[in-house]
This record gives sequence, C-alpha cells and structure tokens, in this order.
Amino acid sequence: MTLLQIHEPGATPTPHEDDMRLAVGIDLGTTNSVVAISTDNKPEVLRDEDGAALVPSVVAYAPDRSAIVGGMARQLLLDRPESVVSSIKRLMGRGVEDVKGLRGVLPFEVEPAEDGGMVRLNISGHKLTPVEISADILKALKERAEEHLGAAVDSAVVTVPAYFDDAARTATKDAARLAGLEVLRLVNEPTAAALAYGLDKGAEGLYAVFDLGGGTFDISILRMEKGVFQVLATGGDAALGGDDFDHAIADHFLSERAGRLPGETLTRSEVKVALMTARLAKECLSRSECPGEWVLDVDGKQTSHALAPEGMNDLIRPLVERTVSISADVLEDAGLAPGDVKGVVMVGGSTRVPLVRRVVKDFFGSDPLANIDPDEVVALGAALQAEALTVGSDTLLLDVAPLSLGIETMGGLVEKIIERNTPIPVAKAQEFTTYRDGQTGMDIHVVQGEREMVDQNRSLARFELHGIPPMTAGAARIRVTFSVDADGLLTVGAVEDTTGVEARVEVKPSYGISEDEMAEMLYDSMKHAGEDMTRRLLAEARVEAGRSLSAVVSALEADGELLSPKERSSIEAAMAAVEKAVRGEDRDVVNASVEALDEATRAFAEKRMDRGIRAALRGVSVDELESGSQDEDAM
Amino acid sequence: MHSHVDNAQRTAFDAATGINLCWSCKGPVGSGSPFCPTCHMVQAPGQIDHFTRLGLEPAYDLDKGDLDRRYFDLQRRLHPDRFATKTPRERALSQSQAASLNQAYETLKDDLGRADYLVHLKGAGVLPEGCNLVNDTFLLMETMEMREALEEAGTPEAVDVLSRRARGDIEACVEQLSKLFQARDLEGACRLTTRLKYLRKLAEEARRARARLKVSG
Repeated sequence: MTLLQIHEPGATPTPHEDDMRLAVGIDLGTTNSVVAISTDNKPEVLRDEDGAALVPSVVAYAPDRSAIVGGMARQLLLDRPESVVSSIKRLMGRGVEDVKGLRGVLPFEVEPAEDGGMVRLNISGHKLTPVEISADILKALKERAEEHLGAAVDSAVVTVPAYFDDAARTATKDAARLAGLEVLRLVNEPTAAALAYGLDKGAEGLYAVFDLGGGTFDISILRMEKGVFQVLATGGDAALGGDDFDHAIADHFLSERAGRLPGETLTRSEVKVALMTARLAKECLSRSECPGEWVLDVDGKQTSHALAPEGMNDLIRPLVERTVSISADVLEDAGLAPGDVKGVVMVGGSTRVPLVRRVVKDFFGSDPLANIDPDEVVALGAALQAEALTVGSDTLLLDVAPLSLGIETMGGLVEKIIERNTPIPVAKAQEFTTYRDGQTGMDIHVVQGEREMVDQNRSLARFELHGIPPMTAGAARIRVTFSVDADGLLTVGAVEDTTGVEARVEVKPSYGISEDEMAEMLYDSMKHAGEDMTRRLLAEARVEAGRSLSAVVSALEADGELLSPKERSSIEAAMAAVEKAVRGEDRDVVNASVEALDEATRAFAEKRMDRGIRAALRGVSVDELESGSQDEDAM
Repeated sequence: MHSHVDNAQRTAFDAATGINLCWSCKGPVGSGSPFCPTCHMVQAPGQIDHFTRLGLEPAYDLDKGDLDRRYFDLQRRLHPDRFATKTPRERALSQSQAASLNQAYETLKDDLGRADYLVHLKGAGVLPEGCNLVNDTFLLMETMEMREALEEAGTPEAVDVLSRRARGDIEACVEQLSKLFQARDLEGACRLTTRLKYLRKLAEEARRARARLKVSG
C-alpha cells in the first residue's frame, strides 16, 4: 500500500485509492461452484485448463484429512463413496434435528446428535461440519483464482440463496473465513444474476429472477430504477432443486430394478449409482433426443431402464409445479400479477430442463431471459459486485430480509419484530420488562420464519440478558435492538432504559459455531492462520491511519489559521510519523503513531470546537462556517 | 478512534448549538447531516424526524416519485456497500445511517404509516390520549358488518366485491386524511388514521379469504 500524501490546501486528498484488493465473486452452489473476477465492469469466469468453469461441489477426504475438490472427487463417488461428500450446501446452518427428516435422502452418514448443535458428518473417519467442508470447496476456488491472477486473493463476494436463513448465512460466512477469504458481502443469488444481465443499466420496471439450482429454488421480484436494484419480495424452497429431479428419476429406476431383482436389498452404493445415472439421463434428455435406455450396473448385475422426455416430464412435473405455485404466492405477497413482470431471468442449471422453461413461460406470459449460461450467471454477477465494492460503482443493491424475525412470547407464540421483505439494513427495538421483583436476567428466544407458533419456525438463537439492575417487577424497561445488516445477518443489543445500564447479550446460535470452535478450526486447519490474522490486523491499522491522516488534512484546510507555526509544525511532524509507520510492517507502531497524532491535534480540536460554539451562538450555521474553506460539500 | 473531547463537553456543545462534533476530524457538523462538511466522514444518524431525514417538510401530501428519488439518492451515498473497504467505525455508522433511512422511507411511503407517524409527530402533547383508542362506535359497527359479510361470502367473486369495496374505502380515506392534515385538524386525522388501520386489516382478511377459497375451490 502506498501512502497518503499531505496535500496542500485546496488540493483534493483521495484516500484509499491504492487500497484496492483483488476480490473475486464466488457462487458456492449445491452441485457446482464457480469463481469469477471482474475488471472494468467486464466479468469473466475463471476456468480450468480444459475450459470448464464449473467446479463440482464435491469433496473427497483422504485418511489424513487432505481434501480433493471437484471433478476428481466426483469420480471417487463410485469407488470410495464413504469418503466423498456432495450437496453439502443443503446442510449449511442445519441442526441435527433438521436433518433427521432427510436421513436416507442424503448421500452421506450423519453423526448422531452430540449436543443438539451443528450437524457433523463422518467421512473417512473424520467428523466434519458443513462449514469445514464448504471451506474446503472455497479454498479450491481461491486457489484457482490465485493461479489465474498470479496474486493473492483475500476477499470475495459470496452468493447465497435469497431464502437462506441467518444460520445458513452465518455458516457460509464462517466457511469463507476458514478458507482465508474475507466476505465483502453476501449477495443473494437472484440479485447477482440480475446484475450479470446488466439489468441495472437502462432496464426499468419489474423483473423476476427464477432460480432453480441443484438444491434450492428461489424466486425474487426486483424493481429496477436508475441503477438501483430494489428487491421487493422473495420466496422459495431451500430444499427443492434439480437434485430432487435426480431423486425422482432414480427412484423410478430403482423401483424398476427392485421388480426385476427381487430379494436384493438396496445398498448405499446402489443409490449413488442410480442417482448418477439419473442425472446423466436428465441432462441428456434436456439437451436432445437420447437413446432412451439407461443401464444400472452394480455388483455385476445390470438392469436396463427406458426413459423418454415425456416419461421424465411426468416424473418431475409435481416438482416443477411447486416452483410455479411458490412464484404465484410471492407475486401475490407483493400485490402483483404475473403480467406486471417485464422479464424473467433464468438462473441455475435446472432451468435447462425444457419443462421448466415451458412452465415458466406459460405462467409469466413471456419468453424467459436465458442467453447467459445459467450455471455461470450468478458468479458473473458476484464478480461485478466484488468490483463495485472494492473499486466503486453507480449501481446499488437494496435488499430485503428474506424471512421474518420474531421472539418467543407467552404460550409459545411468536411476536414478529422484523417483517419479511423489510429493506435491509434494518434496526428495530422492542421493549421488555421484568416479571419478578429484583429480576436481573432474562431469556430471549429469537426465531426466523412466517408461522405463528415458535416450534413451527426455525430457532435462531437464545439470548440471555444479564446485569439488569434489580427493580420491582415491571419497572425495568429493557430495550432490545435487533439489527440485520446488509448481508442479512442478525445482531442483538440491549439496554435498560431507566438506568441506562447495558445488559450483556450472550448469543447461543442454535445451529451455529461458537467463536471458540471457530478459533479452534482456524487453528487446526490453517498453519498460517496466525500470519493471516496479523496481515489483516496490519491492513486494518493502515486503513485507520489513512482515515486519521485525511481527517487532519481536512481540518487543517478548514481551520489551519487557528494554529501558530509552532503548533502546526508539531502536528505535521506527527503526521509524518504516521506516514512512516504505515510504510513499515508493525501494527503496534502504526497504532501508536495514530494515537500520537490524536494527542498532537488535541489542542487544535479544542480551538476548533470553541470557534464552532462561538459561531453557533452568533447564529452562523455550520455550513456557512465551512463554506469559506471547503467548496465541495459532501452533503 | 480516540476522542479527546469528552462526553460532557460534547453534550454541552450539542445542547448549546444544535450542532455536533465530527467523530473523525472534530469539526462541527449540523445535526442530521449524514456527512461532515469538513472531512466528508459519515456521521451517526442522530435523532431527526423521518421527513427531515429525507429532506422533506412534514406534510401528509407527498410525491412518491420524489420520495423514491430522495431515498435512492441518499442510499447511494450511505449504504454499507459504499463503505466495504473503509474502517469498521465508518462501516458501522453507514449501517445505522442506512437502517434509519430505510425506516424513514418505509414509514413515509406507506399512506397509513405516514398518517400514523404525522399524527404522533404533530400531536405529541396536543392530542389528549394518543391516537390508539377505539371509541368510534360507527367504525366498530362497520368493521363487524364487513367481517360477517366476509365470513358469509362463499365464492371468490363475492369476496372480490367486498375487497373492492374495502379498497375504495381506503382510497377515500386517504383523500380525506390529506384534507384534514391540510386543515390541521389533528383530532379528525387521528380518527381517520384508526379507520385506515381497520380498513387495511379488512382488505388483508379479504385477501386471505380469497386465497382460501381459491385453494378449496
């Protein structure tokens, strides 16, 4: 990083212009993942030597826990199924309880519950969380990007389904952290796709993004206006996708096979073979006329199965129709009719299935937009957003909270605090009181979802408030603030209003990873985690130093005449010291120099404040006060 | 990072002048200004009313296109995405700015939210008992009749008739609200705001009734 110069009065300081970092866009998909980078608003997918953009989201683990990611891992599915994981995205942010219903459907062993926390899988003798497995996929993508770009990549925009809840978003962010990537922003997949279609430029009106991936379905309604993307409504199903098509077809094959090979018990590897064959059949039937014959070969026993396009359509039609009924609900929620939508963007490999396109066209009454590869479109949009965040852009994404947030009240009912489709970031406060004399603590249970009863929604976290000053029952006024940031992640703060005492909030994410576990994982998985952390802290200290310097530069420009030459030169010496410190590598020196600069400008700040007070008391507005010295007003 | 102007001084300063100190360069900032005029650093959102936040005079009548433009324009400069590479403090401030702005926009763009907010903004200390009491027998009767009619409606078409009526009533109510606010009749506006709340609930119930009939039919 080069340094800020001290500018002459009148010259415009341009802070952070050399702060640019290489930031990539990552579509971390259920079936496949893609990494892309954008320069000068031109996004490009990073391919392997064979030209393939897709990295199968499949990880194979060796006994020493080393991981193989991608196509090679997928090939190992057949030979060493017990050491390979696929579709892990479905388990992101899921608890052991959630997964019970999926047992048998999932192509891997789930560890029995230990403490009701996050799911762990047993692979090659290793107990791994979905976060760790996803981190291995992200590491592979990071490596691919670094090879391509010949430089370190340390930050990314990562996409998530709009429908992902807080736990799944947190899990995704944790996975990136574990892979050594700072998440600049979690962007919803449909929004990223709309960005890739350039709908931010010129397009006005309402658009729908229909995203049917391997494991998830999302439908979003976006309003475009003058470069602003406003998400009006989103909906979907976090467990509906092309994988379900595969399952429907595989079930069909397996039931035929069972009829022909009576007495044979269904083995796990047989299921895997059937699923792979089903996927091949689906892809082939979606592209063209296929032989229509599919062979299952397990344990030397072959069975042959006929399937034509119409047959496949019959098998998957109920699933496809679910997407339309969800779309209709989302439109109705937003008070819209299908005809209000100007265009439909198709995202996700499963939108290649002709039946899906036909059904979407019939519902919206227009031909869907599908000229960008539906498997790459999300990563391309993420790359554009990564560039926008690091370099700057006129486009703005205004997103909404995908699910309502509420708290448990008497009788297991939910009181909604942040309604679904509220624009984010958002902060809402709710007041609570005590019910016992002298009560100093309180439990608050936060849930996410649309249903009325607590147990029908997803438990997000339990907060324990401590340190409430003892008062008579009902006298305390505890204001709990729920904030959802631009990534869709929740934080909670609490304060007792009558005394101003801040209650401590302890977050126990219902399905998340605690900070301790995270630290341990970082330590275990990355020998150079310490170095990474040091580097990041140094970078942060440098940014803070830049901020401090540019504040003093502005203050000198505005009010420099308040200083004697001696005072000015001591401030300038302190500034020079900061500049020098920033060129070095020692974070403590940087921080110390910034503190010294703060100290050196203390008298100056007081003089400026005196002048401000005097001017204000005379009735001169701040803007008038400043207008003589600063023409360009940030207002 | 480290402010040398202590909190007591700062509070005295704010109270005396209605202006704040920039946390970064310690220069003066008009309360409600999102940026410091000296060093351009983003400031805390502060306690200003929703109208002022969007640069509007407090009034019920509102050009929604203009509201959108102001909102988009401010979000373009305040949204956390604009601060992705800045210091943690700037990122946190931008988040609270954007959240305050979202709240102001969401409240004002909605005819009911705006009426409710304006009644409370103008009526604080003026209206005797807030604006939450239902002591309007006519309104209660009207609501009950409509509920009964909804329960009896057996076809989507019958529900549509009722829901059209509710929508018509809502429109008329909003027009009347505009006149009452112009005439500074806060008590009347308060009564109509309550009515609007009930009408909205009825329209929502009609919507749900229709969805139910569609499913069962």
